[in-house]
Amino acid sequence: MRADEAGPLRRGARVLAAVTRRGAVVAAGLALSGCQMSLLNAKGPVGAAEANILIVATVIMLAIIVPTMIGTLVFAWWFRASNTRARYRPDWAFSGKIELVVWSVPLLTIIFLGGIAWIGSHQLDPAVPIESDRKPLRVQVVSLDWKWLFLYPEQQIASVNELVVPVGAPVQFLLTSSSVWNSFFVPRLGSMIYTMRGMTSQLNLMADQEGTLHGLSTHFSGDGFSDMHFPVRAVSDGAFADWVQGAKAGPRLDAASYGDLAKQGTVEAPRSYGSVEPDLFRRIVDQTIPKGPGPAQGADNGAPPTVKPKGGS
Amino acid sequence: MSSSAAIPGVVPIRRDPNHLGHHAAGEGETRATGRGIGGPSSKRIVVGYGFWIFLLSDIVMFAAFFAAYAVLRGGTAGGPGPAELFDYTNVAIETVLLLFSSFACGVATLALNARRALLFQAAMAVTFLLGAGFLALELREFTDLVARDAGPTRSAFLSAFFTVVGCHGLHVTAGLLWLLTMMAQVFAKGFRPDILRRVMCFSLFWHALDIVWVAVFTVVYLMGSAA
Amino acid sequence: MLGKLTWSAIPFDQPIPLVAAALVGLVLLGVIAWVVLAGYFPYLWREWITSVDHKRIGVMYVLLGLVMLIRGFSDAILMRSHQALAYNAPGYLPPEHYDQIFSAHGTIMIFFGAMPFMIGLMNFVVPLQLGVRDVAFPTLNSVSFWLTATGALLVNVSLVIGEFARTGWWPSPPLSEITYSPGVGVDYYLWAIQISGIGTLMSGVNLVTTILKMRAPGMSYLRMPMFCWTALASNLLIIAAFPILTATLAMLTLDRYLGFHFFTDEAGGNSMLFMNLFWAWGHPEVYILALPAYGIFSEVISTFSGKPLFAYRSMVWATLAICLLSFTVWLHHFFTMGPGGDVNGVFGITSMIIAVPTGVKIFDWMFTMYGGRVRFTTPMLWSVAFVVTFVVGGATGVLLAIPPADFVLHNSLFLVAHFHNVMVSAVVFAAFAGYTYWFPKAFGFTLDEWWGKAAFWFSLVGYVWVFTPLYVVGLMGMTRRMQHFSVAEWYPWIVAASLGVIVMFAGVVCQVVQLVVSIRRREHLRDLTGDPWDGRSLEWATASPPPSFNFAVMPHVEGEEAYWAIKQRAREQARLREEPDYEPVEMPLNSPTGFVCAFFATLVGFAMIWHIWWLAALGLAGAFATFVVFAWRDRVEYEIPAEAVARINRLNRASRLEALQQARRKEAA
Repeated sequence: MRADEAGPLRRGARVLAAVTRRGAVVAAGLALSGCQMSLLNAKGPVGAAEANILIVATVIMLAIIVPTMIGTLVFAWWFRASNTRARYRPDWAFSGKIELVVWSVPLLTIIFLGGIAWIGSHQLDPAVPIESDRKPLRVQVVSLDWKWLFLYPEQQIASVNELVVPVGAPVQFLLTSSSVWNSFFVPRLGSMIYTMRGMTSQLNLMADQEGTLHGLSTHFSGDGFSDMHFPVRAVSDGAFADWVQGAKAGPRLDAASYGDLAKQGTVEAPRSYGSVEPDLFRRIVDQTIPKGPGPAQGADNGAPPTVKPKGGS
Repeated sequence: MSSSAAIPGVVPIRRDPNHLGHHAAGEGETRATGRGIGGPSSKRIVVGYGFWIFLLSDIVMFAAFFAAYAVLRGGTAGGPGPAELFDYTNVAIETVLLLFSSFACGVATLALNARRALLFQAAMAVTFLLGAGFLALELREFTDLVARDAGPTRSAFLSAFFTVVGCHGLHVTAGLLWLLTMMAQVFAKGFRPDILRRVMCFSLFWHALDIVWVAVFTVVYLMGSAA
Repeated sequence: MLGKLTWSAIPFDQPIPLVAAALVGLVLLGVIAWVVLAGYFPYLWREWITSVDHKRIGVMYVLLGLVMLIRGFSDAILMRSHQALAYNAPGYLPPEHYDQIFSAHGTIMIFFGAMPFMIGLMNFVVPLQLGVRDVAFPTLNSVSFWLTATGALLVNVSLVIGEFARTGWWPSPPLSEITYSPGVGVDYYLWAIQISGIGTLMSGVNLVTTILKMRAPGMSYLRMPMFCWTALASNLLIIAAFPILTATLAMLTLDRYLGFHFFTDEAGGNSMLFMNLFWAWGHPEVYILALPAYGIFSEVISTFSGKPLFAYRSMVWATLAICLLSFTVWLHHFFTMGPGGDVNGVFGITSMIIAVPTGVKIFDWMFTMYGGRVRFTTPMLWSVAFVVTFVVGGATGVLLAIPPADFVLHNSLFLVAHFHNVMVSAVVFAAFAGYTYWFPKAFGFTLDEWWGKAAFWFSLVGYVWVFTPLYVVGLMGMTRRMQHFSVAEWYPWIVAASLGVIVMFAGVVCQVVQLVVSIRRREHLRDLTGDPWDGRSLEWATASPPPSFNFAVMPHVEGEEAYWAIKQRAREQARLREEPDYEPVEMPLNSPTGFVCAFFATLVGFAMIWHIWWLAALGLAGAFATFVVFAWRDRVEYEIPAEAVARINRLNRASRLEALQQARRKEAA
């Protein structure tokens, strides 16, 4: 009898404990993430400048919208029909002074923020190189279905789904795509940029602290899109040289192995290539290398595909 | 829909009740329908106006195609460009045919207003023949291009070319169908007010196609080869 | 014979869509069977399906919008619950299914939820507010509605037969090109949007012509109610913007079907062109939805504050400014394409400038309440909540318009939270405010206030609850459309957002219950006078529901707030206006043209999606034949005799007189 009662009770307690644990994880996460807003806690000058703009603009706008929100609620409540102390002015429908304020407040705000936008979009234009005493590192980026290829033209190596950069050196990215659009983004470093086939886009970033950051694609590119994230390791110069040296041992990336890589699919772990066919990036951009082939078609009988049922991929 | 039936006199406009510090809607009263004084416009005006607005939207659609053509004009992908492809004699004849068909369409409208059924049918028939001639020339140009391996799949420039010109051609085709329907309607039903309104819309449509063709001629053929 | 259509098009191996579709199909069949067996079909056919009455069509639009909002919301439930289970896990929807869900969610909400809802309200209200008997082209109106319904039908058919687009709600090439999306999903999108787009365009032409050319005598432009102004601006935008979408999607269709090279990024094609053209429609589209919403709030706030709208002329200017400016901002949808500082700077500033007239509107709504007697009915609650929450969405919008800020926020969940913040608070709140506000006008009884308020509070709390975490997680770098993720910091916020959906769901349930309860209690909620809210514009001058001819005699407008002046005079003199001289009224005959035409459009759409060319040709021929038959009619109008008009109007006058006397007795007591 007792045991029977204890059974469900204990089970209930276990469930409760599990829920509490989950809840604690969630609560701790909520508390923690307050200080982990990646975008506001940048690890590089570009990201820091953008975080600064975010904060300044937000504060300015809060100064307008908070009084507006409060004012709306106060007006609505004070002038409620049941409030006999409020004066009813059924014909009051215009005031030139109020209109002047009403037009000028948003206008002035926008003039000010417009200045920020104009200056910011020039200073932080992704194509503008970062001023630095150090020689910039050049990285060519190709988005593939569904992985990232990073080519280091000066080091003659390449890596897939792993970006390693030396701390304190500006990085000049030149980006393109093998198939569909993607967007290259490392939240803690700042600015993202689209990758598009047959075109190159430019992006300049710099990491100023060591650490492993999260990079991802932010433009939807198909079924494997969610796997297009990659670690960005910002390391010391020595560690970078070591990594380059280690990568040299890897296989060669030529048009054929690139063709394999361009097929749809995700990769489990990052990999690197010890040497790269010269001009590979240029040939990808001017499309003398075949594009990413897209979904495999009619694999079973060679007939043209009829329909792609929902299960297949 | 009720017509603008008897409106007893002009309604005096009161000054604005909310004391907004202005006179409401002009005190120089007129019975012009647009100012809202006279009530709803006549059906003929409503129909014509609505059809004009539709034509404007159609022109916006063409504008989007023109924009695409302007962007893709250079995208010949190593294939033939405007200068090698366009046969200006053909285009000139097409233009003349279309302009004359508009003239014939105008004659048809006049015949309609004069209630001369036979002249109307004859003018419409001429309009049809000229329009059909235009289409035939356009089709010949298209088949000729495709035969020279300059079909729409050859390059983005040709895709845009075929789409802009083809879209106008589709409009002409639809116009011809409409034209035949109107001839049949006037023949079967006579000069009924609703049929008169339809013919009016048709002639607006036909003239608008002329305007669009002038733009096609300029943007696609002339500016296309100038680049 | 059947093109690409084979048995493999039906997802027998996918339980979720199959079961859902089977359920929906069964319910639909059940409803149809019940309608036919109970003998309601002739009534439906005569009074609704073939109706060309703008009020009936408006009601059907709104009904379509309501159903589709719920359909889109069910996608939202799937997405949020899936993502909550997708931290370091595959969730329960495979990518190819999840991708369809978010694509369908956006497409349905914008094109088949919000659009029909707004167009429906405009259709219903605008002719009444203008004091006229119908829209300019009644039969065309019916065609427009049924074509929109065709689009909605095609999108929902994709649930069972084949697949929907897996590209997002804007099918950005080259992903949407045949190479990368060989299935029929994108084709469903294209044909559904093209067909319903024709309907939308025709509806725009119709309403603009109505507003510009058909107003009651004396209704000059600056006497039109605010809702008519915003409807005018919105429909002008439809006319100027929808053709761009039509052209753009036509180009994509040519790419996919005939191997053209507009957006392929090959042979000279350029996918950036698609983005430019699409958003040249896409941003005005935001205002096509938002402007009528602003109009609804203007009407509701003014009515329930018992005051005229504050600074009416300022509001008119602000509306027209938004209408124009909306065409100058499209590039802010792709600052991250890298167009350079000058271009980004210019479009950043133009995007912000739009906040000025919008801000003016916000302040003017505030001052409309100032000095009023605010009655907190359900529509008013929606409106106040809109003002308070919309400013947050507006502020985040201005933030996103700053290019360097957009460089880190673009495509993030912050962006998703932003546009849901503005679209839900403007469009959805307005839709429900308008729905509750004008429901008594349409059906003659008000909606139950208790359930309405419950729906409001659940929706408001749920909406804040869902989208606040999404703002936060966007600031943490989480991007949209992720089928699974592995960043620990994001997880709790995603869970939190999912819990908010439960609250929102309660709101949806309350909304449905409200309708059911109100129908059951309709005798208690009956509105006899036709003016349940003490309204100010002409729609309240006629009976609820209005007779088919709207007004027994066309009202003469003598100032702003046409009905308010009439009502004040009646109150002062304690009697109604003199009874007018009744005249017979001519009204357009019903016509099945719209329905038949939509039937053929459905055939064409389905046939094109599945490459069944003969069926497409057949459908086109059928549609043309329908128009010829329609054009061949000899009788287009019928006459309502003066006695009938008089009888109907006297009924309403009697109840109005009684209400007037009752009010006086109450005042005297």
